[in-house]
Amino acid sequence: MATISQSFPQSQAAAEPDFVPVARAASVLELVGNTPLLEVTKLTHGVLRPGVRLFAKLEGFNPGGSVKDRAARRMLLAGLESGALGPGKTIIDSTSGNTGIALAMLGAALGYPVELVMAANASRERKKIIQAFGAKVIYSDPLEGSDGAILLCREIVSRNPERYFKPDQYSNEANPLAHFETTGPEIWRQTGGAVTHLVAGVGTGGTIMGSGRYLKSCNPQVRVIGVEPDDPLHGLEGLKHMASSLVPAIYHEEELDGKIQVSTEDAYEMVYALGQIEGVLVGQSSGAAMIAALGVARELKEGCVVTIFPDFGEKYLSTNLWIGWKGWNRSRLTRLLAKCRKESANATI
Amino acid sequence: MAVQIRIPTPLRRFTGGTDVVSANGSSLKEIIDDLERNHPGLRERLLDENGELRRFVNVFINGDDVRFLDQLSSKVKDGDDISIVPAIAGGR
Repeated sequence: MATISQSFPQSQAAAEPDFVPVARAASVLELVGNTPLLEVTKLTHGVLRPGVRLFAKLEGFNPGGSVKDRAARRMLLAGLESGALGPGKTIIDSTSGNTGIALAMLGAALGYPVELVMAANASRERKKIIQAFGAKVIYSDPLEGSDGAILLCREIVSRNPERYFKPDQYSNEANPLAHFETTGPEIWRQTGGAVTHLVAGVGTGGTIMGSGRYLKSCNPQVRVIGVEPDDPLHGLEGLKHMASSLVPAIYHEEELDGKIQVSTEDAYEMVYALGQIEGVLVGQSSGAAMIAALGVARELKEGCVVTIFPDFGEKYLSTNLWIGWKGWNRSRLTRLLAKCRKESANATI
Repeated sequence: MAVQIRIPTPLRRFTGGTDVVSANGSSLKEIIDDLERNHPGLRERLLDENGELRRFVNVFINGDDVRFLDQLSSKVKDGDDISIVPAIAGGR
């Protein structure tokens, strides 16, 4: 059997000449996807066995700045195709940020008004970005979290259902389909089919369901592992603690091969480490994904682990992730790496 | 001194599902100690291993973030309204 290093070419540009970013586009819709895969080498140096490689898919390169552009684009296109979205309609949804940015951006590009319901404690940058795209923001009680925004959005739509098109990322199959059609195939191509593990955070479940299904359709041996907060009270924006949340209809946990729980503090630490050691500034959900991915990769003798970094970090500078930050240095790396281990007993990797 | 504390959804499992509870104390630390007596498990969720407010937990006294007051030593007076607000989380 070929080893990963033998089967996985160093230069993907040479291996995949047809995989290039869109050079010119008529709309931002055409710029969604085709994000780069970054091999994480410095943080993993001396930590992983020689036959193991770890890559992060940098979804911050999407035009709206996050992985959510993919689902939003696919859901809006599905709405246009079915006729559910058409002249006179307003796009509405509940979102704690990135989906809101994506819908606001794409709604503007398509010429539709957008209204977004979000908990009042969503980050200041996100609210401003959404408003900059011309969308209206409706605030829900911050004590009720994202579930409070979901319920308020349902109430608003129920009062005037004819007025709205609600993509409903939590139950719209176009959400995982976006990842089945784009994210999964991109990972497969970018790794030359060598991917053995996909490790991704679970919010709506769209990314991990769609990408996981595609990769398993290519190779049933690919392991798909979800990442979630270790407690109902957490600060991992974008991720859901499923046992204590409204479970999205598109999320089917039985399709996962395992789940790893990550603490907010560890995810924050990883964000600081990624910034200073890899030169990649990401959000806290990426920190959580990296903790789990590294934990998985450390268990392997051979393999190609791919994780998803849902966005970059600029949008979080005013949030708890950075408020009160007292600096970070490499002396804390050993302790952090020790925590990057398989934390979930049911994670079969 | 009795104050009202608004409890976020993820912590209501410690308060029997109640969204507002009362506690006594003259500082935020005393309030949290009193909360722990009546609702065991809450303190561990609010404070880290060093006894500091966890990074992702926001506490507001009459709308003011205690990080910009005096942290756990922030003074509390009768009738104050305290809110515990987690960093935004869940879905996007």
